[in-house]
Amino acid sequence: MNRLIFLLMLSLICCSTAEQKAPLPVRTGPTPIAWTKPAGFPDPVYDLSRNPLTEEGVQLGRFLFYDGILSRTNLVGCGTCHQQAAAFTHHGHELSHGVDDRLGVRNSPATQNLAWNTSFFWDGGVHDMDLVPFNPIENPVEMDQKVVNVLDKLRSTPSPTAKIPVDYPKMFKAAFGTDEINSERMMKALSQFMMTMVSANSKYDYYRAGDANALTAREKQGLVLFQKNCSSCHQGVLFTDNSFRNNGLMPMRNNDQGRIAITGKPRDAYKFKVPSLRNVGLTAPYMHDGRYHTLEEVLDHYTDSVQKTPTLDTLLIQFNSKPGIALSDTEKQLLIAFLKTLSDEQFIRDAKLADPGIRTAF
Amino acid sequence: MRNNPILHESMYKYFATAMAVCAVFLLFSCSTPASPSPKPDTPAGGKLRLEFDNVVGDKNLVLGSVTYKNASNEDFVVTKFNYFISNIKLTKADGNVFVVPQDSSYFLVKEDTKTSQFVTLNNVPFGDYTAAEFMIGVDSIRNTAPIEKRPGVLDPSGSMMDDGMYWAWNSGYIFVKLEGTSSKGNPVNGKFYYHIGLFNGYNERTANNTRVVKMDFGQLKASVTESAVPEVHFLVDVQKVFDGPAANISIAAYNSIMGGQPDKSQQIADNYVKMFSLDHIH
Repeated sequence: MNRLIFLLMLSLICCSTAEQKAPLPVRTGPTPIAWTKPAGFPDPVYDLSRNPLTEEGVQLGRFLFYDGILSRTNLVGCGTCHQQAAAFTHHGHELSHGVDDRLGVRNSPATQNLAWNTSFFWDGGVHDMDLVPFNPIENPVEMDQKVVNVLDKLRSTPSPTAKIPVDYPKMFKAAFGTDEINSERMMKALSQFMMTMVSANSKYDYYRAGDANALTAREKQGLVLFQKNCSSCHQGVLFTDNSFRNNGLMPMRNNDQGRIAITGKPRDAYKFKVPSLRNVGLTAPYMHDGRYHTLEEVLDHYTDSVQKTPTLDTLLIQFNSKPGIALSDTEKQLLIAFLKTLSDEQFIRDAKLADPGIRTAF
Repeated sequence: MRNNPILHESMYKYFATAMAVCAVFLLFSCSTPASPSPKPDTPAGGKLRLEFDNVVGDKNLVLGSVTYKNASNEDFVVTKFNYFISNIKLTKADGNVFVVPQDSSYFLVKEDTKTSQFVTLNNVPFGDYTAAEFMIGVDSIRNTAPIEKRPGVLDPSGSMMDDGMYWAWNSGYIFVKLEGTSSKGNPVNGKFYYHIGLFNGYNERTANNTRVVKMDFGQLKASVTESAVPEVHFLVDVQKVFDGPAANISIAAYNSIMGGQPDKSQQIADNYVKMFSLDHIH
């Protein structure tokens, strides 16, 4: 009888704590990964408690990121326009081309440090990382595919005709416990992978961490100039304040008015997201439409060709006659020397962020 | 406890029995957390059905083939008519309000899918209902909710055949989608497209085209009992999307109204809030 009482009490304890603690001593689910915030970085915006990282989830996200199966033609993946060697931009492309070489209207932004993004895309039309992939997948000039079709294609893998047959039902099961494939799981897997795309190991970061010799004298002079002239928008350790501003670019033929398309407010005309400058030495061409091919051209814009339009950012109205930022040629060269210290070789060579071998999306 | 000399044999027995009852009950409730009320013979409530019957003026709506006219005397054929109904509340004669639980309160009515036009509400407390209230569209909270809060009709992956009700580039749901053809349609393909969304914005205020419809049943009532499932039959008049208190929308002047014309979309929203009328209850 005593033993019975003991067993009953044991079962009671097991039962009452079942909701707080894992009931099984043998873990069978995916392997959790601790996400580490780099020193000096703010807390991430993305809520990891809703989507904790696991090895299997990140791995699935990585396969999805690089797989052309996301597109109508099975040839264009996220990794097509977000290439690691160029800090996940489309190197050399002013505007990216999607399926059937259809040309987009904006320059592919760097998919780095998305954990801290308060909004996504040049116009900030999406506010949650889990909702980001719907946009390029469904955009007719990018992947031109309904997500429901992608889900169907993923369900019918492994495909014998694929160059590299990937068994997605098996990968979803490893990541989420069952082989059910739905949009929530697909997007959360992609977010898990994108959460790992953290760039925080540039020369500047070593300098920031206390290694005074990580930057040369010229680069340090550039840093001082940067703090004086650029850091009010390209702020803090992420080099952006996540705001939308009109930096005085002459509108191009398609008259892209940026943020106003999202807010409907005339005061947002010609405003675009302030991009992070991390890895800026690797992400040419520049601006929302890729119009400038070098950092020299970018700085020449700020000194010489800022257009005074009604929504021009007030920070670019510094003196009576001419809008823009006053910089000498020498100062520009020092600034560029500093900007190149933001390149993160470790990030662009990290094997964990590379194409796992699908090779369909290039 | 096993060797505790203070407890007598009888106490052991009493204690053991109590524990056993407790444990069995807890085990049961643990293993079946979704188990219904312990007295299945007295259910908490019944069902009530809302029917959304799409019409054009005094004619039934037929997709793709019948030509109608709006107040601007423009011919039009409807090829698609979808809209979200959400945040449903029912009011009893005594003033008590039943609010349909939030997670179960989003419905997508589509003219091309008959079953979608019947919205069945479950666990409705028994009683006589004399009014209903619902939102056209998706409220800002759900429009900005995490992806796990967007199942079923709220799944942003939408459906096949370009029929999605979600803007991926300007994250938000389309509340009302009306498409068709007209001799006054756009010069390329003769079509017109009205995709009305905008929920007031995520962090910047935008237009808010959600609208709340309050329908008083007048002399009628919907009696929910154990045996009866009343059906409240609404007529939904497509013509009112064009012709309404805000403005008469002319296809010739506007063959496309989407997120880019917030003022115009607000006029349509002020029109579509008036497109519902109570036909009968049975």
